[in-house]
Amino acid sequence: MSKELLRMENITKIYSNGFMANKDVSLTVHEGEIHALLGENGAGKTTLMKILFGLEDYQEGRILIRGEEVRIANPLDAIAKGVGMVHQHFMLMEGLTVAENIVLGIEPGKAGVFDKETAVKMTLEAAEKYNLPVVPNALVRDISVGVKQKVELLKALIRGVRLLVLDEPTAVLTPQETRELFVQLRDLRSRGYGIIFISHKLDEVMEICDNVTVLRRGRVVGTGRIADLDEKKLSSMIVGREVVKTVDREAPRRGDLVLEVRNLSYVDDIGKIHVNDLTFAVHAGEVVGIAGIEGNGQTELSEVITGLRPATKGDVMINGQSIKGRNIDQIRKLGVAHISEDRLVYGCAPDLSVWDNIASIYLSSKKFARGPFLSKRELNKFVDECIEEFEIATESRNTPVRLLSGGNIQKVIVAREFTSGANLIVANQPTRGIDVGTASLIHKLLYKYTREKNVAVLLISSDLNELLNHSDRLLVMRKGRFNAHFTDLSRVTDELLGEYMLGVRSMTEEEMGNVL
Amino acid sequence: METIQSFLFSTFRISTSIVFVALCATVSHQAGLTNMAAESMMLTAALAGVIGSAVTQNLFLGLLIGAACAVLITLFLCFAAFVMKVDLYLMSISLNMALAGATVYVMFVTTGQKANTAAYFNSLQVPAFRLPLIEKIPFLGPVLSGHNGFTYLAWLMVIVVWFLIYKTKFGLRMRAVGQNPKAAESVGVNPRTVYTISFMLAGLIASLGGMFLSMGYQSFFIRDMTGGKGFIGMAAATIAGASPLASAVIAYIFGFADAITNYSKLVITDAQFLAALPYIITVALLLIFSALKKKAADTAHRKRRLMALERGEAQAS
Repeated sequence: MSKELLRMENITKIYSNGFMANKDVSLTVHEGEIHALLGENGAGKTTLMKILFGLEDYQEGRILIRGEEVRIANPLDAIAKGVGMVHQHFMLMEGLTVAENIVLGIEPGKAGVFDKETAVKMTLEAAEKYNLPVVPNALVRDISVGVKQKVELLKALIRGVRLLVLDEPTAVLTPQETRELFVQLRDLRSRGYGIIFISHKLDEVMEICDNVTVLRRGRVVGTGRIADLDEKKLSSMIVGREVVKTVDREAPRRGDLVLEVRNLSYVDDIGKIHVNDLTFAVHAGEVVGIAGIEGNGQTELSEVITGLRPATKGDVMINGQSIKGRNIDQIRKLGVAHISEDRLVYGCAPDLSVWDNIASIYLSSKKFARGPFLSKRELNKFVDECIEEFEIATESRNTPVRLLSGGNIQKVIVAREFTSGANLIVANQPTRGIDVGTASLIHKLLYKYTREKNVAVLLISSDLNELLNHSDRLLVMRKGRFNAHFTDLSRVTDELLGEYMLGVRSMTEEEMGNVL
Repeated sequence: METIQSFLFSTFRISTSIVFVALCATVSHQAGLTNMAAESMMLTAALAGVIGSAVTQNLFLGLLIGAACAVLITLFLCFAAFVMKVDLYLMSISLNMALAGATVYVMFVTTGQKANTAAYFNSLQVPAFRLPLIEKIPFLGPVLSGHNGFTYLAWLMVIVVWFLIYKTKFGLRMRAVGQNPKAAESVGVNPRTVYTISFMLAGLIASLGGMFLSMGYQSFFIRDMTGGKGFIGMAAATIAGASPLASAVIAYIFGFADAITNYSKLVITDAQFLAALPYIITVALLLIFSALKKKAADTAHRKRRLMALERGEAQAS
């Protein structure tokens, strides 16, 4: 048996708000081992790694590095103890050269003068030693994402790190770059380095990892050798079996076309494709759900539709009119309401009152206008009605939103968006982190508005339960494209859905049928 | 011919303090912060230098006192902003206003005057130098030679700042913090330390710009004698993208505008318009440069996005 590099024993972490992020989590990594850490978003992987790097404290358990119990104060301390991290969002200086990035903090040179030649030499030596070719004098902003990752790896290796944590390293890579990375990781493994590989991509985990630990809701739900497992077993471990069908739903009466997305693509500033040539539609009276592991383009899709990001290619039509050249206000006037994923940033103004937040969308409309003024009396009445109808627990309509509970903040947003008169509601993670009561209220409202008021709903969620119980049709998004389309949800199981989300299965275009 | 020569000569002379301030702003800018406190640093040094040299009757000591006072003011700014967490920009602006008043107050207490120190303090001046070989060059000789010591120091300072930013360990750390403080911190570079040291260096450079006004250009302190040059220098550094060489060039362009203003007194008689002219030119240049920059960046972004999409399509097929 090779030597043990890291042992985390019975780690328990409870946040100050009472949320238990990790419970009795143990993880052991040996020299020459690639260890996969799997789990859905919110399963506790990030918290566990933050604990390892001293960014979060923990209530119980202990950490041992090479058999010695340690307390890690901060990421720098972790590096000194031989544990380094390659973040998903690179920690690089775009305007500096590769060599400068690598030696920053341990610069060579005498009397304060930076010895660039030695820095270049150090970089080249390390690049050759670890088989990670880079151009030392290239500016980081000019190199590809794959090379940036190599720079990150070199940065850690040159500081003598023996255990590397890679947080979704392939999420930003092209298939070719991924293959190259795997060659390099195997090489590091054969030199006795330990690697913790965090990923959502089961095929990759099967290909490169030796052992696996699966987290769900903060607990270890499975651990073992990859050789003894297959993708199906892994995927059911990750997703779990919790889906209960509860609601009796009438079949929707599909009305007019409300949202039509045609060949839509969205590429971000660094050239990553988030939404890749999508075409689909949502009709009046139906709820179309979009499932997918987070980071597969769902958020970007909803933000393009609602005008928060510009489309790179293709078009979005709302009630027959293109959103091209329209700002957010104009897009809303076409009939769009948006329940944003990030409710404290895009959903509401936390320091303003319930009244202000609900009234905010009527400032330029005629509904409550009296000449150049707003009719305070009518708005007061309207806000009070909202508070009553949507069961918002608040002291008064003048209470700042930030003083409300998470569920009630979401109710304020829902009240504003549902009463805005829009006939398309884009709801992104509408019930995440929210109490059961509010969640069920929101679900009832979605049902009521589609059936009684002929509203079209696009529901994006990572909660499979929510999607299976409250959608009429379901699309699965993966890597910016659709991977599956279900029109009859009664026969869809969570396991099957998980397999599509993780890419174990995928439908052909014929199997998906008409997504319009 | 002679008019052109003396015009260029005065461009170099007038530009001197703008070059210092532009370099001061460049140093701060490279560390990721905008230096809006240059005015206060200059005013402090201008007055302290005059008093110091008059009292000690030693030019070098006077310069040292002026620079030290500016650095002290900068240290106070850093303490307020980085330790006490006051907003840096609010603090910079209030410091500018405070020092505009405080210098007049100190002047009044020591001299009984509120306009300038000419009657009371006999300040020493940095002398002008003639450059031995260069002054023989036809046409250029009289333009380049015979300037005040500060003017040559400004030229030297361009090289010093360039060396500091691009050739020293601290310069590398400064640029790293300026671009991504979190990433720099993750490899053990403390942004707060870098901010503080770079601001003190900036204060030192700005003090030279201030002392040029009171101990080179003049031999006494006048109230508000910086007249917004701190902000013009900041504009130069911003336009130049914080490159020391380019900052100096832009500073000379602004100085050129100043010189034009001086010379157009012969043609234009409207004193108010003349006083506004350098600022009008500054605003116009800022607008033009940033519009051009933004346009270039937008085109590049759009191109990159479409290229990524095409690459993606090529891979898919």
